[in-house]
Amino acid sequence: MIAFAFYLFATLVIASGAMVILARNPVHSVLWLILAFFNAAGLMVIVGAEFLAMLLVVVYVGAVAVLFLFVVMMLNIDFAEMRAGFMKNAPLGVAVAVILLVELVLGIGAYRAGELDLGTPLGDAAPMAGASNTESLGALMYGKYLFLFEVAGLILLVAMIGAIVLTHRGQRSTRGHQNIAKQNARRPEEATQNVKPEVGKGVEL
Amino acid sequence: MIGIEHYIVVSTILFVLGVLGIFLNRKNIIVILMAIELILLAVNINLVAFSAYLGDLSGQIFAMFVLTVAAGEAAIGLAILVIYFRSRGTIAVDDVTQMKG
Repeated sequence: MIAFAFYLFATLVIASGAMVILARNPVHSVLWLILAFFNAAGLMVIVGAEFLAMLLVVVYVGAVAVLFLFVVMMLNIDFAEMRAGFMKNAPLGVAVAVILLVELVLGIGAYRAGELDLGTPLGDAAPMAGASNTESLGALMYGKYLFLFEVAGLILLVAMIGAIVLTHRGQRSTRGHQNIAKQNARRPEEATQNVKPEVGKGVEL
Repeated sequence: MIGIEHYIVVSTILFVLGVLGIFLNRKNIIVILMAIELILLAVNINLVAFSAYLGDLSGQIFAMFVLTVAAGEAAIGLAILVIYFRSRGTIAVDDVTQMKG
């Protein structure tokens, strides 16, 4: 049963990952990306990392993928033109990908042949006995990794402010530059002025 | 029996797919950003798998930090994309060299 779930999730995450980069329409790419995230979350659930799996669904599917979808639909782009270099770049890309895959699989093979002894975990980050994954993670996150956790929050704050500053366009109302408070504060005596210019001298404005 | 190797192979293939996506869709910066998300997802799967394998939750904590950085990167990247599109009317990667000061 576990094996079946693993192979189902693994196959689907790889297939939808391939469709992300091969789909002709970026909207379809985003939808395949969402499927890939869901299946990756499934992969994480079956090793017992349920908190991270839920985080993946909430953050990636709920925020990042929807942000992508929003931008893809907001920008009106000629996608056919974007595909122009697809076949031209394919040989180089496939060559690099095959080399990378072979190297990585060789690395895994070497790992299986006899792993390096890098020591064992200290045990101070081991899951707590009798506690759920979320509970253990929370104890660790607000304990040993509290400072890093706060820095992560700061990074998100900077990213949020950066995105707002970049895309903010300033106040631009549809009624031009009407300032109602200024209009109401205007008095007749300061609006008009009587002057008696001498002949041939003109008026100073 | 599903072992750690199965997880490494899945995340390896996902990582390579992400790299391949950057090469194949060189003109479409939106798909490049999505390929980067795939790469980060592969990294996350690897971290979680080793975390479960070693019985050490640090890997899951760091996967969460990767998630944080990925979210920030997507937000900033897409914001730059939106203002670039607003000023140029195109998002072709080849024209971005004009941005250099």
